[in-house]
Amino acid sequence: MGSIKLESLKKAFGSQIVIPDANLEIGDGEFVVFVGPSGCGKSTLLRLIAGLEEPSGGRIVIDGQDVTNTSPAQRKLSMVFQSYALYPHMTVYQNIAFPLKMAGEKAEIIRTRVQEVATSLDLLPYLERRPRALSGGQRQRVAIGRAIIRQPTGFLFDEPLSNLDAALRVSMRMEISDLHKRLGSTMIYVTHDQVEAMTMADRIAVMNAGRIEQFATPLELYRRPANLFVAGFIGSPKMNFIEGQKADLYGAHTIGIRPEAVEWSTTSGKWQGRIDRTEHLGAETVAYLTLDKGETLTLRTSLNEELVAGRTIHVSPQENSIYRFDANKAAIGFGSGQNV
Amino acid sequence: MKHRRDVMVKAATTGLGWLVALLLFFPILWTVLTSFKTEVEAIAFPPAFWPEGWTLENYFQVQERSEYFSHFLNSVIISLGSTILGMIVAIPAAWSMAFQPGRGTRHVLMWMLSTKMMPAVGALVPIFLIFKSVGLLDNLVGITLILLIGNLPIMVWMLYTYFREIPSDILEAARMDGATTLKELVYVLLPMSLPGVASTMLLNIILAWNESFWTLSLTAVKAAPLTAFIASYSSPQGLFWAKLSAASTLAILPILVVGWISQKQLVRGLTFGAVK
Repeated sequence: MGSIKLESLKKAFGSQIVIPDANLEIGDGEFVVFVGPSGCGKSTLLRLIAGLEEPSGGRIVIDGQDVTNTSPAQRKLSMVFQSYALYPHMTVYQNIAFPLKMAGEKAEIIRTRVQEVATSLDLLPYLERRPRALSGGQRQRVAIGRAIIRQPTGFLFDEPLSNLDAALRVSMRMEISDLHKRLGSTMIYVTHDQVEAMTMADRIAVMNAGRIEQFATPLELYRRPANLFVAGFIGSPKMNFIEGQKADLYGAHTIGIRPEAVEWSTTSGKWQGRIDRTEHLGAETVAYLTLDKGETLTLRTSLNEELVAGRTIHVSPQENSIYRFDANKAAIGFGSGQNV
Repeated sequence: MKHRRDVMVKAATTGLGWLVALLLFFPILWTVLTSFKTEVEAIAFPPAFWPEGWTLENYFQVQERSEYFSHFLNSVIISLGSTILGMIVAIPAAWSMAFQPGRGTRHVLMWMLSTKMMPAVGALVPIFLIFKSVGLLDNLVGITLILLIGNLPIMVWMLYTYFREIPSDILEAARMDGATTLKELVYVLLPMSLPGVASTMLLNIILAWNESFWTLSLTAVKAAPLTAFIASYSSPQGLFWAKLSAASTLAILPILVVGWISQKQLVRGLTFGAVK
């Protein structure tokens, strides 16, 4: 079991309120990602769940038990830190064995368990090494080994891949996903990388300025963002936002169009725009345009070398892919709204 | 051109280094040499650098007149005792200041340091009277406590500086792994800051060993350490330079050896955190 529930959780550092009011229900075995720009409070929220920070108000319930005021160890959660936080003076073996040693397990049991964990993470040849003699990926695996050895009810990952290079990040991402499938435990994963979030999560909590803006599956976030922030944060290149007359025609304060939902033509279209810059990425081309009223628009299409900077083209949004937002930045509808 | 200038600068700084080292070491060398001279030779003018006769007579007389080993033992008890007891107090204090700082932590640290700037003699009369009324005069427990209190600010400061270098992530990891505060200290913090703990202890042993104001003021016979043993050779009947030197050599020898062996550790300890 490993369900986690946050009820009106608050956190303030002095007079600065970091988390005003967080409510969240995470089911047993779910892989949840907290994503948001840096400083949005996602790490603080994770540390509150871990018990490393004391909440200023509200409750944390794990498996039906109120753990708001219990110590980190009593919550039976394991954490993998961004810096790995391995014990530098201990060998890999001692690092992995540490949680069991703290729990007072017998030496015999510790030895068997460490062997099992080290085998599953391909760490057997390194057991006698110190962390500083390991590569980044190996250190990360030791940190994971230390987290899984005491079979916790849930795992907390605090930006665990941000210190790794791009190639290693992709393979570690898959390893963590596999680990989740194998163990079936609840996992909470903090990242600012939306690709990590989209590929790994069952559900994503998008955070901004301490608030959870939306908590939904990756595709739901992509298809039905609750507000302007989520719409702009999920998806790359980012969604186009257009205000003013063009939005008024759709009965909205702002309309949002994904770059991949913009069609273009050399002869006719709804709007006209000049290409400022293009990026030919191999399989696709991304063009950055300025429209007649000075609005900017990003267009994403299959590779096309006709799209060159300086050229004027016609563009039209796919009518059924227009997102509409009101003046309070909340989503008010999807699709073309009134017909124009 | 540049190369020649580099060599000259290096030669000059090396020369200067040796000069300073010689200046600092000269009194010790002179004391050791004098201890092998006769009393007449010791006060001769102009002084002779090398002893003429190389006699061990002073050492025998010093041992005959006073119990070197009982003073030596007192010094060991006082310096080790005050250091170990001090660490028991200073480690938790430094831990809480480094990892759980409150609003007043900085002020407490500054206040502690400021006590070291007060002349010790200012506290002598009250402490003497208190010690007299509770029966701690010329008592090993009493003098150990005084040295402990005197050196505590330095211990806390040094440990605090070391602990601050330890990433808090690692301590949090230990807490997540189920370590209590005590286990966190024993298994993670202290092993990681072992060089710091060792140099703090070494420095305090040396400071306590050499401390002469309180040891001379508050001990007489029973609890008198080596500092009192040296001082007893400067008597109203006159100074016996050769014997005084022999006594001094005997007193500083143990700590000199300890300091020599651990000099690397000490230098690292005192400059730690200065360059990172």
